[in-house]
Amino acid sequence: MPKYLLLKHYRGGPTPYRPVPPMDQWAPEDVEAHMAFLRHVGELLEKNGEYVDGQALTPARTWVRYGGPDAAPVITDGPLPETSDLVAGWYMIDVESYERAVELAAYVSSEPGPGGEPLYEWIDIREVMSEAPPED
Amino acid sequence: MIGDPARGLDEGALRALVPRVLAGLVRRGEDFDAAEDALQEALLEALRVWPEHPPRDPRAWLATVATRRLVDARRSAAARHRREETTYAEPRPTATEEGDDTLLLLFCCCHPDLAPASQVALTLRAVGGLTTREIADAFYVPEATMAQRISRAKLTLRGRRLDQPGDLAVVLRVLYLVYTAGHAGRVDVAGEAIRLARQLTLATEEPEARGLLALMLLNHARLPARLDSEDRIVTLDRQDRSLWDTREIAEGVRVLQSALAVRTEERRPGRYQVEAAIAALHDDAASAEETDWPQILAWYDDLVALTDDPVRQDPAAVLGRAVAVGHVLGALAGLRETDRLREVLGERHRWHAVRGYLYELSGDLPAAATAYAKAADRAINVAERDHLVRQAARARAAWL
Repeated sequence: MPKYLLLKHYRGGPTPYRPVPPMDQWAPEDVEAHMAFLRHVGELLEKNGEYVDGQALTPARTWVRYGGPDAAPVITDGPLPETSDLVAGWYMIDVESYERAVELAAYVSSEPGPGGEPLYEWIDIREVMSEAPPED
Repeated sequence: MIGDPARGLDEGALRALVPRVLAGLVRRGEDFDAAEDALQEALLEALRVWPEHPPRDPRAWLATVATRRLVDARRSAAARHRREETTYAEPRPTATEEGDDTLLLLFCCCHPDLAPASQVALTLRAVGGLTTREIADAFYVPEATMAQRISRAKLTLRGRRLDQPGDLAVVLRVLYLVYTAGHAGRVDVAGEAIRLARQLTLATEEPEARGLLALMLLNHARLPARLDSEDRIVTLDRQDRSLWDTREIAEGVRVLQSALAVRTEERRPGRYQVEAAIAALHDDAASAEETDWPQILAWYDDLVALTDDPVRQDPAAVLGRAVAVGHVLGALAGLRETDRLREVLGERHRWHAVRGYLYELSGDLPAAATAYAKAADRAINVAERDHLVRQAARARAAWL
């Protein structure tokens, strides 16, 4: 069974279908509904036997590279264009097919936003390369 | 009996035997590293065998199986090196107290040359009697990673003299780390930390050991009220206090009083006793409104007086004190106290969260919402992040 990452982004990706303010500016009941939905997604994936992993990332980002011999690593935390991708977290799922991954990603994207209306958030689907030995 | 099949295996009782057996092996001259490995194997075998075949003398069973493993390991090592098997001294009969065993092992596991993560892992295995798998689960790392961390730690200890008294302050810090890390996995690691701290208090008269035990008990008592049915954080001022564990509170207060009883003018209470006293005052309030903030502030004054430059050396104490100042002298005075920490804690979520709380106390809801949102952006824990987003949304909704 193929594994997929369903990536959620703080920013980046196609133009938002439905631009919304940051969550701390939503009505409290909309925040609750959103968080309850995400809990439900995790539980659903586990119940289906499709859940592998789910993690959230903080928005802080540091870029690092080798500084050369005898030099400290080179670190930059900006300035980066506001349009650069910033991953917020992921579900890793183990599913029957690509079609099932798309179906689940679309379901995640239906998460309630302000006013209880779906967020229509773009979800980035990435297939995980298998480590199983190739068959003849 | 530990392995009574009718009751299932009492893993707590099994784990409690580990430090005694291990200390016995180390005292008779076995290498700590090899003995600890052998005992871990014996422990895994006990978990497998005892439910069906409970031993008559569990401690002797563990010691025998671990010794057999040690002999096997030496035989194969000897064969590998084509060396003759050396003979080992017969075990010396000892009448050591259980506490001494625990202390000896804690000094090994909390050796100052080890990194904190290694001290914690080794303590949980060698003194706590947890399996590598259980420790790995508690820290969300693969079992192989945790096994490697433990074996590298033991490699670091090889050749060090381990029969000397170590640094008790490091042991206390490691146990507190175990306590604060303990919330995940199948095993209650926080409960394990409390058990270890309780054993430590049997081994040393140091009041700070009792202070630490009291602090853990007094905080642990509130655990049942800290999350609601949907795992949302419930802050102290909104907790259902009837859920608090009154038995743990009573024990914590008793332990704290016994520690504070030995204080003198020259020997003032250390930080764990002071923090326990603050926790006790919170636990003592029947409602948030009845909290004795002036006394809490007095203890915070003692806490920040323990370091020369509290803003840099103990910013968490200064931040906690700012909340107490906010309640005693007014929210704006509390906010002024947090200003002193801007340079040190200004990028930490807790600093913004405390400011959000104090702004809310002052009635400035827009500033509170902004501060909570900044805190949420900097949170490093999902439950806290979600909580802070909710606080921001709630403060904003109340003002709009």
